[in-house]
Amino acid sequence: MARIAGIDLPKNKRGYIALTYVYGIGRTVALEVLEKAGIEPTLKVYEWSDEQAADIRAILANEYKVEGQLRSEVQMNIKRLMDIGCYRGIRHRKGLPLRGQRTKCNARTRKGKRKTVAGKKKVTK
Amino acid sequence: MARSLRKGPYVAHQLQKKIDKMNEGTKRTVIKTWSRASLITPDFVGHTFAVHNGKTFVPVYVTEMMVGHKLGEFSPTRSFKGHSGNRK
Repeated sequence: MARIAGIDLPKNKRGYIALTYVYGIGRTVALEVLEKAGIEPTLKVYEWSDEQAADIRAILANEYKVEGQLRSEVQMNIKRLMDIGCYRGIRHRKGLPLRGQRTKCNARTRKGKRKTVAGKKKVTK
Repeated sequence: MARSLRKGPYVAHQLQKKIDKMNEGTKRTVIKTWSRASLITPDFVGHTFAVHNGKTFVPVYVTEMMVGHKLGEFSPTRSFKGHSGNRK
């Protein structure tokens, strides 16, 4: 079982797909990493030797920000926006979309589940 | 879409002139401006701007972290205080 960056990789998948299970690695970065480590991207995870896995771990630790580190960086960026009180920061605080989308309807990803307002009259014919 | 690097950052020239004058002397006053589109450059730091929001001037004290943003981002043009029924 290959454990990389604190994540158990699915061992029956091809290397470059399995690596995308780590937060911060998509297909592009996965292919880059495997290239640097000199491992065939289509090699399945269970076929990696221990040295190869160690190589991947070393490359990720030295050259890329993944998992916790990356998450905290993203959080720091959001916090910075909120602290300086700019428009995007205010939208983050209110939990509304940041990029000028409409909020009259939709925007449910940011706003979350609908909160029904009590006492709102239904339109009668 | 980002602005072309070739042009450099946009700062309204009349605003830049006022800042240069302020940086020469030690006197610090509030600079009134309508130029919401001006980018905050490092020489803005420490000044207070009164940025127009279409109705009034909102005081904005510029800190180091704000560099790279635009003045208008700190002066909201809409003020939604909540619906009438919403208590709390």
